[in-house]
Amino acid sequence: MRAERIAPGLAIAAIATAPAWLGAYQLALLTYVGLSAIVALGLVVLTGNAGLSSFGQAAIVGIGAYVAAILTTQAGLSPWLTLPAALAVCGLGAWSGGVVMVRLSGHYLSLATIAFGAAMYFLFGGLEITGGQNGLSVPDTLFEGAALNYAIVWAALLANMTMLANLLDSRMGRAIRALKEHAAMAEAMGIDTNAAKSGVFVIACLMAGLVGWFYAYFQRFVNPSPFSLAAGIDYVFMAVLGGAEMLWGAVAGAAIVTLLKPVLQARLPWLLGAAGNFEGVVFGAIVILLFQFAPEGLLPRLRAWLGWSGLRARAVSGGQLPSGHGISAGEVLSVEGARKSFGGLLANADVGLTVNASEVVALIGPNGAGKSTFFDLVTGATRADAGAFRLGGQTITGLSTRAIARRGLARSFQHVRLVGDMTAIENVALGAHRRGARSMLSSMLGLGRAEERAFLATALHQLERTGLGHLAWQNAASFALGQQRILEIARALAADPILLLLDEPAAGLRHQEKQALATMIRALRSDGLAILLVEHDMDFVMALADRVVVMEFGRVIASGKPRAVQADRRVQEAYLGAPLAAPAGEALS
Amino acid sequence: MSLISARNVTVCYGKIAAVKDVSLDIHEGQIVTIVGPNGAGKTTLLSALMGLLPMTGEVSYFGTVSRPGVEALVRAGIGLIPERRELFATLSVEDNLALGGFDRWRAGAEDAAFELAKIYRLFPRLEERRRQVAATLSGGERQMLAMGRALMGRPRLLLLDEPSLGLAPMVMRDIFETISGLRDQGVAILLVEQNARAALRIADHGHVMEAGRFVLSGPASELARNERVSEAYLGVAAAEDPPQE
Amino acid sequence: MNAFFAAYLAQDGLSNGAIYCLLALALVLVFAITRVILIPQGDFVSYAAISFASLREGRVPGTVGLMLALTVLAVAIELARDRNRFAPRVLRLAAAPLLLAALAEISPRLHLPAVVDALLATAMVAALGPLLYRIVYRRIAAASTLVLLIVSVALHFVLLGMGLYFFGPEGVRAEPLIDLAFILGAVPIKGQSLLILATCAVLAAALFAIGERSLIGKALRAASINPTGARLMGISTEWSGSLAFLVAALIGGVSGVLISSTTTLYYDSGFLLGLKGFVAGILGGLASFPLAGAGAFALGLLESFASFYASAFKETIVFALIIPILLWRSLAARTGTD
Repeated sequence: MRAERIAPGLAIAAIATAPAWLGAYQLALLTYVGLSAIVALGLVVLTGNAGLSSFGQAAIVGIGAYVAAILTTQAGLSPWLTLPAALAVCGLGAWSGGVVMVRLSGHYLSLATIAFGAAMYFLFGGLEITGGQNGLSVPDTLFEGAALNYAIVWAALLANMTMLANLLDSRMGRAIRALKEHAAMAEAMGIDTNAAKSGVFVIACLMAGLVGWFYAYFQRFVNPSPFSLAAGIDYVFMAVLGGAEMLWGAVAGAAIVTLLKPVLQARLPWLLGAAGNFEGVVFGAIVILLFQFAPEGLLPRLRAWLGWSGLRARAVSGGQLPSGHGISAGEVLSVEGARKSFGGLLANADVGLTVNASEVVALIGPNGAGKSTFFDLVTGATRADAGAFRLGGQTITGLSTRAIARRGLARSFQHVRLVGDMTAIENVALGAHRRGARSMLSSMLGLGRAEERAFLATALHQLERTGLGHLAWQNAASFALGQQRILEIARALAADPILLLLDEPAAGLRHQEKQALATMIRALRSDGLAILLVEHDMDFVMALADRVVVMEFGRVIASGKPRAVQADRRVQEAYLGAPLAAPAGEALS
Repeated sequence: MSLISARNVTVCYGKIAAVKDVSLDIHEGQIVTIVGPNGAGKTTLLSALMGLLPMTGEVSYFGTVSRPGVEALVRAGIGLIPERRELFATLSVEDNLALGGFDRWRAGAEDAAFELAKIYRLFPRLEERRRQVAATLSGGERQMLAMGRALMGRPRLLLLDEPSLGLAPMVMRDIFETISGLRDQGVAILLVEQNARAALRIADHGHVMEAGRFVLSGPASELARNERVSEAYLGVAAAEDPPQE
Repeated sequence: MNAFFAAYLAQDGLSNGAIYCLLALALVLVFAITRVILIPQGDFVSYAAISFASLREGRVPGTVGLMLALTVLAVAIELARDRNRFAPRVLRLAAAPLLLAALAEISPRLHLPAVVDALLATAMVAALGPLLYRIVYRRIAAASTLVLLIVSVALHFVLLGMGLYFFGPEGVRAEPLIDLAFILGAVPIKGQSLLILATCAVLAAALFAIGERSLIGKALRAASINPTGARLMGISTEWSGSLAFLVAALIGGVSGVLISSTTTLYYDSGFLLGLKGFVAGILGGLASFPLAGAGAFALGLLESFASFYASAFKETIVFALIIPILLWRSLAARTGTD
């Protein structure tokens, strides 16, 4: 464990002392590693955390470089004035492009960036102002000397890493990390996933623009070839090689590709007895093998091999997030005439239902009766064909999942949707997302520490309330199914809801776990929550619910006190199966 | 002969075991049913037996110990009708059925038309809708199509997952009648059902599954009369005697 | 610009459009069945063109070495995977490549007609498709689209380097298969252009007929509609994936042979052609064959006229075309989900 803690420190020490024991050529090479690593860092956040990808980052670097070069050569601006210009062009371009592109599913975005990368390369080579294929010479330099350039680039790299680490450890960071596999869940937690995606895209492009700006004065010559589609692909390779989910993975990947390339370029033609660039074969083969045998990347694989978990409990102190409302009373949810059909199938026909504060209502019925559809209508995941929905006295008909979540609805999912590689406390903090306000920028600058403490305190409180406090710093993926279901409830509670929707919370739980769950739900009820649950376990439902609503074929066929509902003949037939017409055992042959 | 003989089967999702230490035998001409609540691991067990999920334990199919993939099991004569039916939604009913016979056709069988006629005799509704796209069928028709498609492969053993799911009582009765009719024609059946009464009524042998394990096993008629089964899975005892808080 | 020149450009644009159309069809097919975005599609084109040119010059093409290397690799992987009763599986893998290699090896002595050389070059490239699927994609068939895409890009780099090694850096240009030219109302018509258009029509019709009518075509569609359902019918992912790659490589091969006479091709020329196939495919949303086909012809014409009006920006215009289309699609998607 000690080695795990001091490894980044050792790496930083090695980086800091490099000028003392390396020559100018090696330092220049390491400067390129640093520049590539900054671009790859953006991709680590984009690809590894948000699940988006861009093969066009080299083109963004190019835009940054050309803006700097053109403004310097044509307008004679000093490098310090071209920096904001380069960043503004890259940032605004990414923002306007991002608004469009994040709405596309993953592979369209990737293809769009491939096309963008190809188009920009030809544009750089075709325009007069960029000097075409001949390029532009830049008269100014920023810093003299290999050591100084090296120091500046690596300081920038470490600063960027710190900012991104701050970001990933914040409210918006958790939102970003949920995007890859759980966008729908994130929306249900009140997260604006499109805004989060375009935010990440802008950050990645700003970092690429910064590199481009520096490159123009470092290289003092700008031509299209370092900004080609192939270069953009190299950046993606760097991110996935090192480990696309880890910030240090970008540095490792950039180092491997940048340092290996000149070696391969020198040796391969000699080895193969043919002239040409064959390093693509090696890098391509490495990436192919990587995804077959170590898809998580080299650094995470190394870490697992060394037995480093990367997880560390942190002290949580301070107050919780403020609660948005007092204890509610009276009718919390009211639904009238909910109707939804899929094709010819009427999944919900005129379903009506109310849930009051301090009340547990159970929605039961055979599989396929329309209970899940009803949940989807209430949460806004599916839009109803008709019906009036009110939450806490406000009408929520036709609102999006996110807007409904913001009005105080929180839910758990039938098929658990947790971010497996996030700790339990982070998963729960995700539920509290809408109660915070810090933006990406202020989190990156480290201004959100107080709010982050409140987030963790709130999350820990909910974990303790649900009996999972001792597991706060374990990854959610390592939880047993029963614990995962409870964790989903803790996450829902962290949203400070007035209405809790639980979708089969007892499914797959053992007897004792079910009893613990029932005790917990009773405690939530006495705290004033309105709770609506779908459940199949009759014992569980009947012992817990204040009222039971029974659905069959998309309609409510009975509702009332548990005992009365159980006595209902229609309910028995619908839910418990057709009555035993013939004595059992008759079918034996 | 034992069509499937499974010993100590365990199926894990990551570190979590969804099926633990389950043993099971299906003989020719039998309907064996597994009943139990949602989340008990029934579907997981079926998927593992069909080679769709990795498992540990000993399983022999038709007397040979092996762990083949889905395709080999299909060729050997095992069919699975999954809970979600997995129909080819944008293909016609007839194309869906034709694809049920794909593996036999590839192996050289030329009796597809004959088989198709047999399916249409069994489910006349499907013949009425033969040109219709599968997505437009009703729940009952979908189940018929799923069964017909599986039967086109002339299986010796059918694994059925929740055939009554979302069906009206009348349709459900028809489906269960068809299932016991198949048994009489020599197709063995492993039936996973939540509707314990209906399943135990047509089955020869039954297992009650809870939290990944078989907690009760025995002849179906005995299980149907068993107090504990009625209590836990039919909810009858609970209805008469609500527990105290 | 006069009508004569416009007609000339249109002819050029249509025959290029037909090639993009073929490539787009292959890309849509592979994506629908395997979710793989086949970046290496363009490499098949250059491989086939260079192989055809080599055969015409009476040389054994580098494809032979490439194909044999991949066969050895595929067989090794197959043996490592499962050594039980491997003989029939290995034979199935290696038979066609070995036969084609033998044929190509003796072909310089036979002085075969151009059509036979064309078929041989196409067949060798087609054989690469299933081999690559088995070596590269089978193990990761269930991975995310993004991972499959990155692997495709990586494979393209491998194929590019192998192309350089096996074919060398020289450009090739073959004689047209049909050496025919005539004047139609003052516009010179090239036979090869007609051949390209006709082949495109025939292949598209054949794909359509196979997909709609044959059981194999239906099985492939089933595999793309519902992979789990298909596996339960004995339609394995491996089978449908290999078949999709075979068809894609075959189409790439045909395209390569057809354009080998219209332009000089290098080992790395295919990539841009493939990318343009993509732009056409995206016009069709990677899902609709007719839309992708229409997009391809529109693209060919646009490119042809752009090369006249703004030749420096020809490629930029073609690739930037994707942006308004994605904009339109994203607006459509927005109204759908919110």
